[in-house]
Amino acid sequence: MIKLDNVYKSFGSNHVLRGVDLEIPRGESMVVIGGSGTGKSVTLKSVLGLVTPDSGTITLDGEDVTKAERDAFLARFGMLFQGGALFDSLTIWENVAFRLLRGSLKRPKAEAREIAIEKLRRVGLKPEVADQFPSELSGGMQKRVGLARAIAAEPEIIFFDEPTTGLDPIMSGVINELIREIVVEMGATAMTITHDMTSVRAIADKVAMLHEGVIQWTGPVSEMDTCGDPYVEQFIHGRAEGPIEAVR
Amino acid sequence: MNPAALLAALGRPALALLAAIGRLTLFVTDTLSHLFRPPFYLRELRDALISVGYFSLPVVGLTAFFTGGALALQIYSGGARFNAEAVVPQIVAIGMVRELGPVLAGLMIAARVTSSIAAEIATMKVTEQIDALVTLSTNPMKYLTLPRVLAATIAGPILVGIADIIGIFGGYTVATGRLGFNTAAYLQNTVDFIQFTDITSSLVKGAVFGFIAAMMGCYYGMNSGRGAQGVGRATKLSVVAAAVMILAANYMLTGLFFTS
Ligand SMILES: Nc1ncnc2c1ncn2[C@@H]1O[C@H](COP(=O)(O)OP(=O)(O)O)[C@@H](O)[C@H]1O
Ligand SMILES: [Mg+2]
Repeated sequence: MIKLDNVYKSFGSNHVLRGVDLEIPRGESMVVIGGSGTGKSVTLKSVLGLVTPDSGTITLDGEDVTKAERDAFLARFGMLFQGGALFDSLTIWENVAFRLLRGSLKRPKAEAREIAIEKLRRVGLKPEVADQFPSELSGGMQKRVGLARAIAAEPEIIFFDEPTTGLDPIMSGVINELIREIVVEMGATAMTITHDMTSVRAIADKVAMLHEGVIQWTGPVSEMDTCGDPYVEQFIHGRAEGPIEAVR
Repeated sequence: MNPAALLAALGRPALALLAAIGRLTLFVTDTLSHLFRPPFYLRELRDALISVGYFSLPVVGLTAFFTGGALALQIYSGGARFNAEAVVPQIVAIGMVRELGPVLAGLMIAARVTSSIAAEIATMKVTEQIDALVTLSTNPMKYLTLPRVLAATIAGPILVGIADIIGIFGGYTVATGRLGFNTAAYLQNTVDFIQFTDITSSLVKGAVFGFIAAMMGCYYGMNSGRGAQGVGRATKLSVVAAAVMILAANYMLTGLFFTS
């Protein structure tokens, strides 16, 4: 279980997280929604230790993440970055198999390549792309390669930062289904950031709404439509009028 | 201005400078701490050696050749004022090996290597590739910084050695082609005049300058600000810092080797 307790983070005078409390039980799919720039990515990065909170604690199975042994800790995670974050100097398959080519999970090259091609297939990419470079692919394809890389080592916890942004509706559907599958089949714990309400309904067990540095509302996806929270209502219906200011 | 404000005005930049030195020192120590701790990324080292060393050869060679030639012309015309035209081979040799070879190669490495390392790493930072490396259990200092710094430290002396030789050859070409020097005597004078310390100092400078050049590229790249502007700024600062530090280090090393 991942637990964030009263987490604060500022960048200079920009107070991004102002007391975030959030719990993600093992094997559940949590979706975090909220406007752009509200600190959703910063929240994910805090859990991974890419961003150090100013105060508050984050624990994984009761252990403080800042005190965990880094390699063993990170080996449990997979992360899809918002922009894909593929390594330009490596081919697609080397990107996907990055973890399998070095370090503690290292295995023979041919085997790593086979796994990479299999993961590419799962995200709807043909084996032909394996030997291309990231710059030769479209943004949406890069995103899917990023997804393949995140799941390549079959991690127990997976973070998806806007997995369907920039994809066409059909490909979004494929990715949503894939994320659902990963959670159900692999029993993985997932935390997904998205603005896409179709995606929320397809993949969430639970939903949390981040606004003004705190979790405004959290609950099962089935209660999202009837929760009566004005922030959530405005967000899921995409209204310009409401408590969330359109100018931020 | 009251005394307190004056003190503050002096103190603030001084503190900022100390803080920068502290950060840089930590960065260097962190990099070197990976030297003997596995895993070792040999493929990255090889790639860095090729891009730092091999692809710097043309620019270093050309610079050295023209400078050696110009040096021969200058010494000849300057020496003529007191009937000392004959010292061309000796002065070209000592000038190239002790100072110009290392400094020119160092500055060319700063222009070519520092800028490209800084831009590459800064872009990786801005596009979250550095974060991605960390989540894939790969230490960016070990995977990106160390191979580049090692490669430049190894390639530095080699490039300087080549710059020395080509520079002397430039002087030789001009002196024997235009100034009427005897070819065999020119070479003999050159070889006789150069001492072992000249060569050692040259190569040591090459290693230090290569180290500085790559370190600055990595440091500014890793600390890049956000967006395209951040990348541009990191690149510019890295080249300026590397060039200044190379020249300062050159002065100190010359002092170390040649004043007793
Ligand atoms: N490394 C950083 N340095 C400075 N500011 C940052 C950094 N990372 C994020 N921010 C700022 O924090 C805020 C939240 O960013 P982010 O978490 O990326 O938003 P989002 O909810 O859209 O994912 C933004 O205002 C962003 O500018
Ligand atoms: Mg984001």
